[in-house]
Amino acid sequence: MSEPLVIVGNGMAAARLVDELSKVALGRYAIAVIGSEPRLAYNRVLLSSVLAGETTSEDIELQPASWWRDRGVTVKYGCIATEIDVGRRELKIEGEESITFSKLVLTTGSSALRLNVPGAELAGVHTFRDSRDVDLLLAFAARKTRVVVIGGGLLGLEAAYGLAKAGAPVTLVHLMDRLMERQLDAPAGALLKSLVEQKGIEILLEASTARIHGENRVEGVELADGRLIKADGVIFAAGIRPNIALAKEAGIAVNRGIVVDDCLQTGAEGVFAIGECAEHRGICYGLVEPAYEQARVLARHLAGQDVAYAGSIVATNLKVSGVSVFSAGDFIGAEGSESIVFSDVNHGTYKKLVIADGRLTGAVLIGDTSDALWYLDLIRSARPIAKIRGDMMFGRSLAEAA
Amino acid sequence: MSAADPALRTVKTTCAYCGVGCGVLATPDGKGGAAIAGDPDHPANFGRLCSKGSALGETLGLANRLLHPMIRCDKGMERIAWSDALDHVAHRFKHIIARDGPGAVAFYLSGQLLTEDYYVANKLMKGFIGSANVDTNSRLCMSSSVAGHRRAFGADTVPGCYEDLEQADLLVLVGSNAAWCHPVLFQRMLANKQQRGARIVVIDPRRTDTSEDADLFLGLKPGTDTALFCGLLVHLADSGALDHTYIDCYTNGFDEALARARGMAGSVGATALATGLSEQDVATFFKMFASTPRVVTLYSQGVNQSAQGTDKVNAILNCHLATGRIGKIGASPFSLTGQPNAMGGREVGGLANQLAAHMAFTPPDIDRVRRFWKAPRIATHEGLKAVQMFEAIGRGEIKALWVMGTNPAVSLPDADAAREALRKLELFVVSENVRSNDTVDVGAHVLLPAQAWGEKSGTVTNSERRISRQRAFLESPGEAQPDWWILCEVARRLGFGAAFDFKSAADIFREHAALSAFENNGIRDFDIGALTSLSDEAFDAMAPVQWPMRQHASPQPRFFAEGGFFANDRKARFVAPEIPTLRTETTPARPLRLNTGRIRDQWHTMTRTGASPRLGQHLPEPFVEVHPDDALRYGVSDGSFARVTTDYGQCTLRVVVSERQQRGMLFAPIHWSEATATDARVGSLVAPFTDPFSGQPENKATPASIAPYEYVFRGFALSRQPLQLPAHAWVARVAVNGGHGYLFADNADLLGWQLWLRMNTEGDLAEYKDFGGGIYRGASFNAGRIETCLFLGPADDAGDWNAVKSLFAADALSDAQRRMLLSGKSADGLANAGPIVCACFGVGRATICDTIAAGAGSPAEIGAQLKAGTNCGSCIPELKRLIAQTSASGDEPRRLTAAN
Repeated sequence: MSEPLVIVGNGMAAARLVDELSKVALGRYAIAVIGSEPRLAYNRVLLSSVLAGETTSEDIELQPASWWRDRGVTVKYGCIATEIDVGRRELKIEGEESITFSKLVLTTGSSALRLNVPGAELAGVHTFRDSRDVDLLLAFAARKTRVVVIGGGLLGLEAAYGLAKAGAPVTLVHLMDRLMERQLDAPAGALLKSLVEQKGIEILLEASTARIHGENRVEGVELADGRLIKADGVIFAAGIRPNIALAKEAGIAVNRGIVVDDCLQTGAEGVFAIGECAEHRGICYGLVEPAYEQARVLARHLAGQDVAYAGSIVATNLKVSGVSVFSAGDFIGAEGSESIVFSDVNHGTYKKLVIADGRLTGAVLIGDTSDALWYLDLIRSARPIAKIRGDMMFGRSLAEAA
Repeated sequence: MSAADPALRTVKTTCAYCGVGCGVLATPDGKGGAAIAGDPDHPANFGRLCSKGSALGETLGLANRLLHPMIRCDKGMERIAWSDALDHVAHRFKHIIARDGPGAVAFYLSGQLLTEDYYVANKLMKGFIGSANVDTNSRLCMSSSVAGHRRAFGADTVPGCYEDLEQADLLVLVGSNAAWCHPVLFQRMLANKQQRGARIVVIDPRRTDTSEDADLFLGLKPGTDTALFCGLLVHLADSGALDHTYIDCYTNGFDEALARARGMAGSVGATALATGLSEQDVATFFKMFASTPRVVTLYSQGVNQSAQGTDKVNAILNCHLATGRIGKIGASPFSLTGQPNAMGGREVGGLANQLAAHMAFTPPDIDRVRRFWKAPRIATHEGLKAVQMFEAIGRGEIKALWVMGTNPAVSLPDADAAREALRKLELFVVSENVRSNDTVDVGAHVLLPAQAWGEKSGTVTNSERRISRQRAFLESPGEAQPDWWILCEVARRLGFGAAFDFKSAADIFREHAALSAFENNGIRDFDIGALTSLSDEAFDAMAPVQWPMRQHASPQPRFFAEGGFFANDRKARFVAPEIPTLRTETTPARPLRLNTGRIRDQWHTMTRTGASPRLGQHLPEPFVEVHPDDALRYGVSDGSFARVTTDYGQCTLRVVVSERQQRGMLFAPIHWSEATATDARVGSLVAPFTDPFSGQPENKATPASIAPYEYVFRGFALSRQPLQLPAHAWVARVAVNGGHGYLFADNADLLGWQLWLRMNTEGDLAEYKDFGGGIYRGASFNAGRIETCLFLGPADDAGDWNAVKSLFAADALSDAQRRMLLSGKSADGLANAGPIVCACFGVGRATICDTIAAGAGSPAEIGAQLKAGTNCGSCIPELKRLIAQTSASGDEPRRLTAAN
């Protein structure tokens, strides 16, 4: 008889966990996935591509229904889990019967933050987080609505790019002095800004949103310095908050996220958390790669293997607004480190490699990211790079040809 | 080769470089350039050209050309009209002559001038201004041969001809790196060796590429040639090899010369001791010489550029006279001249110690020339020879100087002093092709634009007395004029119009020919009377001819087989030479001797060859060659930099450690100047001591010291426009395809270089910075093409000059190439060809070594696969060395210079 394992949340972490479990513990668990979104798990990273019209909403589905079926997984989408009863090993679901579990995995993800500014509740103020948001934004674009995107991180840039590509005039306002400050150093941020501006997006840096104007609907955004930007729509993309309410109410230890140990177990025996909702060693990751690593470790743990998750070296490796961006490790360059920099701004390329103690410890790449995975491997493996230092900027083939 | 418009006809002309005097076929491309090929019909080269000649087409650009007369004024040089420039020059000369006498003015000429230019300059100064202060850069080149010839033969006669090199059984090269300096002739000698089995002996303190093909190499101590040939004379006498009949009938002074020789080098052992050679080698050489009737002894700057150069020449001539091996097929002494028209200059008398047309400052000669020229004010005594002329300028005795087609601020010994002297002139006139060179930049007062090779028209004479036409095949650019025209215009303004009413080069040539025949009657060797009444058309069509060309006499390819010398008694004279000693001594502070010379692919001060990207590839940087033991002793290493210091100056040069160099000797090439490199004007190191007979300076034995000079960074820059590199950097300029190249070394910080590059570029700039690793590279682009790029790093990581150069040459870079450019490595995944060895076909050392490693064991096999060495052949010695080194060591041979 298979052990009942329930996964709350039907996102990318959940899908990966099922995949990993089917590889290492096939048949050991009877898996049920409870998701609030009204569809099968999809690749959230590609939402901006859907917005930009580069792909369709259907095409970003991670796995077809048959895939879940073949693995014997019960998928309940459009269902909201309301309560965990840790003692009784029971999960309550809105409008449905409770289900019992032996093991519970929380993959509840995160939500977009809404700034606490006057006017934040006006009609026309949205977030950019899931596929329903995309549908609303597409409607904006179709009407050529003037949109202000608040937040110059990955999410904000994606929203801005998608909207602009879909035909909306877009202004992006960002509180900090450079875009994606958590992934990019100043020159990289500056290059990205100019590349994004070339796509017709207006970018305002060091721009603090003071209020959103409008009677019923959004009419404009006022900045702290008094500037007023006319707008018919506002997208909040100024950060995310882990979805921890369910765990918290169940008495499971939370901090910013749901606190997990190196086995991804929460404070409650047999209850685990992975992905954006989890907080491991004080870190809540906001990217898909750590979620996948956590899923892999957790699947092995659930299969009875002796494994531990030691945290992820965060890497960003994707296209932002059509621009390839990679960032990993100590991309700023801490005290005592050295940097090697290549820049060819007119060719849209900036690359920085950070070296400390004869090892690659960080990298940021804009434009040319073809060797990103090699750099990431060098960072993760901490191999000495003295012999390839002179050539490594120009790629693995050159560096290893010598 | 550029495709030529069929309407543009191919013109037969003569090469601009060495004294071999090769025929060239030039086919203009209608865009200011020309396709260049060897003239198969020319008897000097039969179609071959060396690397320099082959690249003549790359030197025709107008980039640094002087196109208009210019005059110095408060704001620098300003353009003026020809008439104003000529008026000014004439007026100033007239004034100074009137005030200080004709001895206060001088002309300094060049072996690059055509005979007609030379003739007019000589006639003006000696005949009409009345001073013999007309000398030439040939003074630095072969004046010891002239003096030696005149002492022995009574005239400056080259007795043999090129055919002798092919008919000899023994070729003795003394102080001649013919493989690099006279490549086409050297190929003829090698062909003789291969086809007829002639043996080759090379006598040189330095193992040059010429020595690679020698059957015997004699690496004697510098300056001891005289002892070797005196020893040989003794051996010839003692082994019964003398031609007593010849000695008795046609010579005098033999006994005295032999006695002197016995005192100096009376045996093989004494000769070995005097020369530093092994007895065995000396004995071998003596036997070879004694037992081989057909022997040609060829000598060049190693003999001439010496304070005892004339004695060296005579010691050689003595051996040929004593055996009667002179002027016979395959048997003769043979002076190899350095310049295209050194011989023509000698024929007109363009040296301060000659009068005209192989006549001297003797009363009958002076009288004869005075009557011929109708020149009552003709100079009556010798003028000042080059080194003494510049010393007189330095002392303020000569107040006006007119330099034509030469760069004395670089080429004279003690060149810093010469440069200082030029600054003292009241009137300093330069006739030039270029707007800027070290001499012009000293501060010429008047610049007169002269026609360059390819534009001017006249004659030149090569080492075998063969007069060939240099013909124009390009339009004269700007307002450039023939040198003879400029001189005639000034002569007219000085009031000598009637004697300088020449309408053409042909006009001048006819007068020159007439003077050579004037009251000659066979008493003077130089006689081209048969050409006196050549029509303009016949002059234009003139095929190469060898003098003498006496009227109503049959041609005569050789002299002196049966006497007929030109001294009053018609006999040759044996000269008893002085005991060889160099004019200087080494000291603990100056423990080494500096030898100087040419390299294969550059010519003189590089004002022409420096414009050719192909020629810039072989040895792109000024260097000093050091023996490994000396390198160790003085702490310098291959590829690093060193300061070479003499009592006269200091240079900073790249170090090449080589066993080809003798212990205690340094070698540095003469070509680089202030205009082409930093602190590499080797002339500034050379002692100004001269030969008492010829006035030729001892350029090859200056006491010197060497010390390491550290540069933290090496680098290079390439740019479409000329760059002014920061003054703190050591820089060597190199012509490259598509623009200007600079190899440099520096100790300044990288940030400064980054700022410098940003100042010198605009817009589209790519950069690579590894300041911690000591590296900065940057490139700016214009429409996808590299505009300027800079590579800077530690010595072992400065980027691959050759790889970047080839990307620079491209019209546009692919994205992949641009992405990889600043790696400083070959981007296309192909093996890097390495520094170019074969300049004709652009084949690099790495490519050649790969081919050798793959089994090619001879230059012929390499040639079959890569074409390398199959055109001019001057890289064949290097190919052989690479074969030897590659098979000996099994890996890549050490670099000759570490340009990359």
